[in-house]
Amino acid sequence: MDIKFSPEDIAFRDEVRAFLKEAYSSELAARLDNPKTFKEAQCEWQKHLNAKGWAAPNWPAEHGGAGWSVNQSFIYETERSIAGAPDVVPFGLKMVSPVIYGYGSEEQKQRFLPKILNSEDWWCQGYSEPGSGSDLASLKTQAKLEGDQYRVNGAKIWTTYAQYADWIFCLVRTDSSGRPQGGITFLLIDMKTPGITVNPIDSIDGRHSLNEVLFEDVMVPVTNRIGDQDKGWTYAKALLVHERTAIAGVPDSKRCLGELRELAKRESSGGVSLIDDPMIQTRFANIEIELMALEYTELRVLAAFSEGKGPGVESSLLKIKGTEIQQAIQQLRMDLAGYYSGLEQGELTAEQVGHDFGDMARRTYMYGRASTIYGGSNEVQKNITAKVVLGL
Amino acid sequence: MNFNFSEEQRMLKDSVTRFVQDQYDFETRRKVVDSEDGFSRKNWQTFAELGWLSIPFSEEQGGFGGGAVDTMLLMEELGKGLVAEPFVATVLLFGGLLSSGASPALQDAHIDKIIDGSLQGAFAYLERQSRFDLADVKTSAVQNGADFVLNGEKTVVFNGGVADKIIVSARTSGEQYDEQGISLFLLDASAAGIEKTTYRLMDGQRVANIKLTDVSICADQLVGTLDQGYGLIKSVTNEAMLAISAEALGIMQKLNATTIEYSKTREQFGVPISSFQALQHRMVDTFMACEQTKSLLYRAVCSTDAGNEDAEKDILALKIMVGRAGKLIGGEAIQIHGGMGITDELDVGHYFKRLMMINTTFGDADYQQQKFIALSNA
Repeated sequence: MDIKFSPEDIAFRDEVRAFLKEAYSSELAARLDNPKTFKEAQCEWQKHLNAKGWAAPNWPAEHGGAGWSVNQSFIYETERSIAGAPDVVPFGLKMVSPVIYGYGSEEQKQRFLPKILNSEDWWCQGYSEPGSGSDLASLKTQAKLEGDQYRVNGAKIWTTYAQYADWIFCLVRTDSSGRPQGGITFLLIDMKTPGITVNPIDSIDGRHSLNEVLFEDVMVPVTNRIGDQDKGWTYAKALLVHERTAIAGVPDSKRCLGELRELAKRESSGGVSLIDDPMIQTRFANIEIELMALEYTELRVLAAFSEGKGPGVESSLLKIKGTEIQQAIQQLRMDLAGYYSGLEQGELTAEQVGHDFGDMARRTYMYGRASTIYGGSNEVQKNITAKVVLGL
Repeated sequence: MNFNFSEEQRMLKDSVTRFVQDQYDFETRRKVVDSEDGFSRKNWQTFAELGWLSIPFSEEQGGFGGGAVDTMLLMEELGKGLVAEPFVATVLLFGGLLSSGASPALQDAHIDKIIDGSLQGAFAYLERQSRFDLADVKTSAVQNGADFVLNGEKTVVFNGGVADKIIVSARTSGEQYDEQGISLFLLDASAAGIEKTTYRLMDGQRVANIKLTDVSICADQLVGTLDQGYGLIKSVTNEAMLAISAEALGIMQKLNATTIEYSKTREQFGVPISSFQALQHRMVDTFMACEQTKSLLYRAVCSTDAGNEDAEKDILALKIMVGRAGKLIGGEAIQIHGGMGITDELDVGHYFKRLMMINTTFGDADYQQQKFIALSNA
C-alpha cells in the first residue's frame, strides 16, 4: 500500500495548476453561470482542455486519451475543483464514448469520436421515458427496421441539455417478445432529423436543463446502430457503471465544504460565528468524515480499475454515498443562508437585496434533489448491490 | 498509488487467517476467555513462534520492522476470530512505549522478552476521574534522592492482572489536566505498595485497577524524558487506535457475512428472509458502512506510514467512523438474527460487545469528534 506522489506527479500537479490559472478565467466562469452563454462557454472550456490533450484523459491512447495514472486523475480532479473549474459535460466525453470505442464499428469511431473530443458535437442521453424510470428495461420507444433504416416512435424524458444537443444516444425497443432486457437496441440519432420535438421542462431550481424529447416517424440509418440489434442493454449497462462513478463528485464536494466553512465563519448569530455553533460543527464534521472515507473508496475503485478490475458494482456505493453527501452539503448551505435561501425566483435576487449566496443555496439545493433520483435512484442502487454484491 | 499488499504481507495475513480457522473456533474462544488469565499462554507462544509479537519492533531491536500496514493485517484477521490474547496491551502499548521512548538499557532488558513471548506487559494510563482525557493525571511521582515515590490509583488497566511489568503515567509537575508534567515509570507488578483489583469487561478482556501506595522506583526506570510523557502516550495510543480499528473492521466483515448467510437460510412466510427488500436495504447499509470504514482505515494507515501531517486527523476520523459503523453493524446483525441474536449462545452478541468496547477504548466517537472539530477549525 502506498499513496506517495512521485516527483513526476508533483511536476504534473504544477502543470495542472499552471494550465488552470491560464485557461480558466473569472470572465469564463461568469459566462458559464449564465444560462444564455452557458453552452458556448462550456464548449470553449472543453476545447481548451482538448488543446492540452486533457478532454478525455481516460480514453484509450489510440483515440486521443492521455493515459493518466490513478495519481494523475486524482491530482487533476483535485486541482480542477480547487480552482472551481467545471467538469466536462459527461454525455459525450464520458458516457457515449466508451460505448462507441468499446462496441462501435471502425466507421463509427472515426465519425463520432474526434468531434466529441473537440466538443464540436453536443450529446444528450435518451434513456428514461415517461413510463420507464427506475425500471429502465420496460422502455417502449419503438424502432422498426425498414430496409436500411429504423423508424423510431416514442418519447424520452428528463433529457438534460437536449435543447443544446446535436446528437442523442437512445435505447429503443426492437423486440417485445422475450424478457424486457432482450429486445433493446442502442441507436445514435441526429437531433436535426425530421420528426424530433424537444419540449422544455422547468425544474424547481428555476432553470431549464431538462426536456422531453418526442420521436414521430424519425428515420435513423442502420449504420447509426451500436453493435447488434437487440443487444443494446449490454452496452447500456457498461455505460451506467461509468455514469455512477462520475456522479460521486468527491472533489467538488470537498471544495463546496471548504467554501461553506468560510461562510460559516463569516455569518453569525447573536454575535457568535456560526462555525462556533456546536450543532453546525457537528454537521460539518459528519459530512467531512463521510467525504474523507468516500475519497478513499473512490481511490480504491480507481486503483482496481487501473489494474483492469473494474469499475464494478462498487460504483453503486459511490453513487449512493456521493449523492447523500452532496445533499447534506446543499442542506447545510440552505440553512447557513437562512431567510435569503428562500427568495422567489424571477423576482429580486438575494444578491440584489444584500445577500451573496442565498440564490445559489436555493438553486443547488432544489436541483440537488435530482441526484438521488437520476442515474438509477439510490433505492435501485441498493437493490443492485443487494443482488450483485451481497448475493441476496 | 496502490492498495496492494506485498508478498510478505499476504503471507502474514494468510498465517493469521489459518490460525483463526484452525485453532480459534467460537467454543475454543469461550474457554479461553473463561480461563483464569483470560487468554491462552499456549496461543501466546504460538504468536511468538509465528513472529507476530515482533512485528512493530525495528530490526535493530530484534523485530520484524513492520509498519502500520502489517499491524493492520494482523489485527483485522484477529478481529474475525474475536481473539482475546493481549497483543494490543503487551506489544503495542507496553512494547510501543519502550521501543519509542525507553533507554537502550531498558529496551535491551525487555523487548527480547516481549518478542519471545516470556514477558506480559501493561500500560496504566487511566484514572477514575479521567474518562477519555489522557492528560488528566492525579497519580503523583515525587523525587526522593535517586528514586521516585508514586501514589495514586490507575484504573481499567488492560492486561493489568497478569502483566509482569507495568508502565504507569504519573504527574511529576504541573496541574491535574496539564499535558506538561506527566512522566512514565516502568514498575515491577510485584513491587511493594502495589495492590491490584482485577475484573472482566463485557468483551472478555481482563483488566485491573492498580492502587499505588508509596511505591518507590529508581529514576533509571523512567521511560522517556521527565515531564514529557504525554507525547509518547499520544503516539502509542494513536498507533493502538489504528490497530483496534483494524480489529473492528475484521469484526464488521465477519458480522456482515454471518448475517447475510443467516438471512439466506432463515425462512419466514415460506421464503428466505433475504428476499425482503426492507432487510436487503439494511444489509446494503451495513455493507456500505463497512466499506467506508475500510477506506478510512486505509487512509489513516497510509498517511501514518507516510508520516503525513494529516495523519492525526485521519486517525480521528477513522475512530469516529469505527464507533458509529460498529454500533450500526452490530445492531443490525442482532436485529436480522431476530431472537437468536440476543442469545449468549450465538457468537453475534459477543462480536457486538467487542465493537462496543472498541468504540470506548481511547475515547468514543463523540469525544473524538470534538478533537476532530478542533483540528478542522484550526
